[in-house]
Amino acid sequence: MAMIEMKNLSKWYGSFQVLKDCSTRVDRGEVVVVCGPSGSGKSTLIKCVNALERFQQGEVIIDGISVGAPGTDLPRLRARVGMVFQHFELFPHLSIMENLTLGQIRVLGRGADEARDKGVKLLERVGLREQAEKFPGQLSGGQQQRVAIARALAMDPMCMLFDEPTSALDPEMINEVLDVMVELAQEGMTMMCVSHEMGFARKVANRVIFMDRGEIVEDALKEDFFGKPRSERAQQFLSKILHH
Amino acid sequence: MNFRWEWEVFLRDTGGGETYLHWMFSAWGWTLSVAACAWIIAILFGAVIGTLRTVPSLLLARLANAWVELFRNIPLLVQIFIWYHVIPSLYKPLQEVPSFILVVFALGFFTSARVAEQVRAGIQSLPDGQRYAGLAMGLTLPQTYRFVLLPMAFRIIVPPLTSESMNIIKNSSVAFAVSISELTLFALQAQEETSRGIEVYLAVTGLYMLTAFAVNRLMAFVEQRVRVPGTLGAAR
Repeated sequence: MAMIEMKNLSKWYGSFQVLKDCSTRVDRGEVVVVCGPSGSGKSTLIKCVNALERFQQGEVIIDGISVGAPGTDLPRLRARVGMVFQHFELFPHLSIMENLTLGQIRVLGRGADEARDKGVKLLERVGLREQAEKFPGQLSGGQQQRVAIARALAMDPMCMLFDEPTSALDPEMINEVLDVMVELAQEGMTMMCVSHEMGFARKVANRVIFMDRGEIVEDALKEDFFGKPRSERAQQFLSKILHH
Repeated sequence: MNFRWEWEVFLRDTGGGETYLHWMFSAWGWTLSVAACAWIIAILFGAVIGTLRTVPSLLLARLANAWVELFRNIPLLVQIFIWYHVIPSLYKPLQEVPSFILVVFALGFFTSARVAEQVRAGIQSLPDGQRYAGLAMGLTLPQTYRFVLLPMAFRIIVPPLTSESMNIIKNSSVAFAVSISELTLFALQAQEETSRGIEVYLAVTGLYMLTAFAVNRLMAFVEQRVRVPGTLGAAR
């Protein structure tokens, strides 16, 4: 059953079309990696899923609810979709623990104690229990991104969106974040990840989507994508990033 | 030069049973009251208007723009006169309102336009990702402002707000134009009555400087207190 479904999604910035008739789906428990050259519309695509970006044509349906429909309670829907950003976007004026409890308390209406307990558990899970009272600016990039994942998980999301979660990280910190993501995937979390980490894709993805110039050029099972990509553009892209 | 200081002038009786020193301190009180009340109005309206200038609603953003342009493109003194002379004759009930209130609103609204600009700049200096992150976790737009954007924006704009808070003390001197018995009016009248303009003006100058400096130190303290750990210049 589809958790996320996109039907003929198109988006323009002024007269420039950033997304061209994109259709795909992410089933429950599936991990889909979206890759492609920069400027290909991957980030825009994933931001359309929870309506952080508006789109002019087409439809996005999450768990049966149309994101673009006028009556949709977007905050409520977004609360059930976890999102992790390229630049972490922790709230710098809040402690790590407050970052984890803000949404639980203000959106889900949990009590402070309950939210804290949940926060402690999740920090433990990402190996940052001792950092609870620190502030984001005092943590390394890798640590901040793990906190950001914990923050998203604190809302008990039904699926997770990752927008280039490792591309702002120093090389030595990439793996600590990928490890958390792999674990999450193996637990059965539904995930849509914009990422160039082909090792991650090989390990846990069910499908890989390749985008170029606003189009979904290839949407294939992992084995097919890495084995014999059909499009020439995808072949070129892969040969470039897998070169070293 | 053959000048003789005569600071005793402040011990002279004004003819109303109090000394000029008394009068000066009561005038200082009026200056502080006008400035403090106007500051509260400026911060409240500035925060709201500045926030509205950054929201997605075109109508609200335009209204907020209009507010800013209206109050910052007219000289303060002219605004005071408009509040005092023009508006009450167009709208009779305002004639009953004490001029203190009118001045507080005039100065408050004038400054609110400037504060709004700073608030807007503060919000816009934050990365878009902060807004996205707030919305993505299910916060409504007002909640995103309340818990995510404004706390950081206000921290960023403490330095320009400091200047603005000092300005409001100094700008409160225009209240003399509508006969509020504040420091500047005191200076004008006292030097006329005593012919000791130099002492009077120097004393008043000193009080203005002292007040503005105190505000500056207070804001520096606030800046220190709200500094976010792990950011530039913060004590770890």
